[in-house]
Amino acid sequence: MSPTPISGPFTHASSSVSRTMATVLVALAPAVLFNFWLFGWPAIFLFIVTVGACVGFEALCLWWSDRPVAAVLGDGSAVLTGMLLAMSLPPWAPWWLGALGGLIAIALAKHAYGGLGRNLFNPAMVARVALLVSFPVIMTAWVGPKSLFSASAPGFMESLGILAGAGWPDAVASASPLGFVKTELSRGIAVSQSVAQAPAWSDLFFGLRAGSLGETSAFLILLGGGLLLWRRVISWHTPVALMGTLFVVASLAEAANPQRFSGGLFHLLNGATFLGAFFIATDYVTSPVSKKGQLVFGAGCGLLTWVIRTFAGYPEGMAFAVLLMNSLTPIIDQYTRPRVFGRDRRGAALAVRQEAA
Amino acid sequence: MKTFRIRGGIHPDYKKELASEQAIEALPLPERLYIPLQQHIGAMGDVVVAVGERVGKGQLLARSYGAFSAAQHAPTSGVVVEITSLPAPHPSGLPQTTVVIEPDGEEAWADLPGALADPFAAPPEAIRARVAECGIVGMGGAAFPAAVKLDLGLRYPLDTLIINGAECEPYLTCDDRIMRERADEVADGGRLMAHALGVDKVLIAIEENKPQAIERMREATASVQGRPGVAVVPVPVQYPMGSERHLVLAVTGRETPARKLTAEVGVVVNNVATARAVHQAIRHGRPLTARVVTVSGGAIRQPKNVEVPIGTRIADVVAFCGGFSSEPARLVNGGPMMGQPLPGLEVPIVKGSSGVLALTAAELHAAAPNPCIRCGNCVSICPCGLVPVEMAANIRHDKLDVAERLGVGDCMSCGSCSWVCPSHIPLVQFFNFAKGALAAEQREARKQEQIRVRAEARTARLDREAAERKAAMAARKAAAAKPNEVRA
Repeated sequence: MSPTPISGPFTHASSSVSRTMATVLVALAPAVLFNFWLFGWPAIFLFIVTVGACVGFEALCLWWSDRPVAAVLGDGSAVLTGMLLAMSLPPWAPWWLGALGGLIAIALAKHAYGGLGRNLFNPAMVARVALLVSFPVIMTAWVGPKSLFSASAPGFMESLGILAGAGWPDAVASASPLGFVKTELSRGIAVSQSVAQAPAWSDLFFGLRAGSLGETSAFLILLGGGLLLWRRVISWHTPVALMGTLFVVASLAEAANPQRFSGGLFHLLNGATFLGAFFIATDYVTSPVSKKGQLVFGAGCGLLTWVIRTFAGYPEGMAFAVLLMNSLTPIIDQYTRPRVFGRDRRGAALAVRQEAA
Repeated sequence: MKTFRIRGGIHPDYKKELASEQAIEALPLPERLYIPLQQHIGAMGDVVVAVGERVGKGQLLARSYGAFSAAQHAPTSGVVVEITSLPAPHPSGLPQTTVVIEPDGEEAWADLPGALADPFAAPPEAIRARVAECGIVGMGGAAFPAAVKLDLGLRYPLDTLIINGAECEPYLTCDDRIMRERADEVADGGRLMAHALGVDKVLIAIEENKPQAIERMREATASVQGRPGVAVVPVPVQYPMGSERHLVLAVTGRETPARKLTAEVGVVVNNVATARAVHQAIRHGRPLTARVVTVSGGAIRQPKNVEVPIGTRIADVVAFCGGFSSEPARLVNGGPMMGQPLPGLEVPIVKGSSGVLALTAAELHAAAPNPCIRCGNCVSICPCGLVPVEMAANIRHDKLDVAERLGVGDCMSCGSCSWVCPSHIPLVQFFNFAKGALAAEQREARKQEQIRVRAEARTARLDREAAERKAAMAARKAAAAKPNEVRA
């Protein structure tokens, strides 16, 4: 029992950490379930392994540091980290990739810093980036839609084989649209041409494309994001700043040189834009606390995502962008404190009214 | 009337319906009354009665002592049976000087000064003097001596008096009932205070969740002729709207500079119950000897608004409301947001007691604190524009200087941040601790400074004396040497 404080208030909102986490999990569920259908059993297995690894490592770290295991696991944050990590992995990746990701996310990126609330970087994104840098081939091996129970989908046993890393059936590999455009550009094919060969806009929006395990359906993620906004778990500031910046910068670049740059809508509907905007950049622990700070943070994530997608070696840049902005969070917080009542922005008391007495 | 937006704030579960439809009932005289001499901010009163003395209702018990003080009067007629130390209604439960009266049941008034004839023609000083004489303090909770506040007109150019009927604390309905049932007295008291302050305009600010009070106050003020004028201003329902500075901003659009009084922007704020007390003091010559208290909460059998003689033990008030229907998890003096825990039922109702709440565990929503997840809710809702998350983190690491730079001194402990925190971190507790520690530090620093100044003065004096001695010695030597010189 904690000592009873003698200061008020003696009433409290019905909010709690676990309730907040549960709302986020519910909000993510439609996109995840859709991608289970889209990518079949291998994706389901990988998801279970990844989330299980995160929860397992969380329990281990708590036990090791002599903290109450059951009570802290109940806050749901490890499940959420596992879910976000799984959603950012290639859907047919081998099991050990998810397990290793769980180790990196929970043990290194979270508990090494002191556990929930202390980590500077988004644990799921640290794991994703570490895996991407260490295993670039596996981490960019995409499959096209192989919807569950369809003829082309692998069966249950075959899926276990894919999970074990036994290799894929022939000719299922597919590129994600972002990767495809980048590869084509390196072969000298104009972006304006390759974008035309990408899946139709409606397929991109509803998610019928190659991509990570949980990120393909902009529509369903938007739905989940709407739930978070409605339940006031997040505010509009980060997602709007992120997507707005990405859209504007990409559109301006395309207008300047359509041969070289893909447009704003293409950037919005591809990669992890929606997932990043609503679920990753809005992570409480690693983003600024004030609304103004969240605008700066979101805009920074959007801009860096575009820069990395466009000029760096990797087709997708959301994870890098979020991590880079995470490192700026303390300083953004410092410069975006609200104005104190009765004081000016610099902290000096407002001038006393100068009127004739 | 147009109101202005205030930052942040919360919408707690108001639970006003528990008591809002209960008309004010007068408490039957209890067996004994316990009147503490310190019910206000400032110096304790000076006792003027002796044990065994028979007192009339409204008779002076303790004279106000110095400029910042308030007088105490007998709430009923009876005998002073004891003047002793008893626990005060303060979380510490520390004892303080208390006059104990045994009522004789006759309610016989002492010789009162009578009504002030034609007060609006009287000089403002006459009203202030009467308010001081009647022991009136701010009845919204802070218990600041009202007469001292009415002096503000002498020092600041004022133009508006706001009568605070926001009553933004959950559960509390005493001000609501006073406005509904004693609207004329409130309006008149407000105008009398405006006259004392030398302002022309009285605005009665009421949160929109009290439509009957707004209606009744409008009726009561419609017929007012001449100066000072009076108007009703409905304000949005948003805790902490009743905070003086925030109410001034919402009603007038003027922001009070940090660490200054609202008088700096030309406005003085007084509570509706205070206005009513002023009406009674001026129109009937009656001192402040009773107040309306909301007795509510899930553990109270019959929540009520009770007019209670000052000095009634809380146990007697609770008994009048049917006692407890279940074991209360927390007893609170005042509202649940900014009220203080009661040390027990034996302490008396004082002039600043707006409510007595007996809350059940379900109403408290208490939970053990979890780690901060930096959700930023406390930053969004802080009505003072502070960063509670950052201040608390620094206080936790004993960096009080950083917390001070971040503005912990500008925190008014409204409790919005603690209320909203999903991790149930007792933020207000951190801030109150820091404020206390910083005040102690400043006191210590002042003391050190005084010691330094004195030590330096002493050293300087010793040096000077040594130099004087040396000079005197040299002079004597020179004087002794002189004859030789002459001889040589």
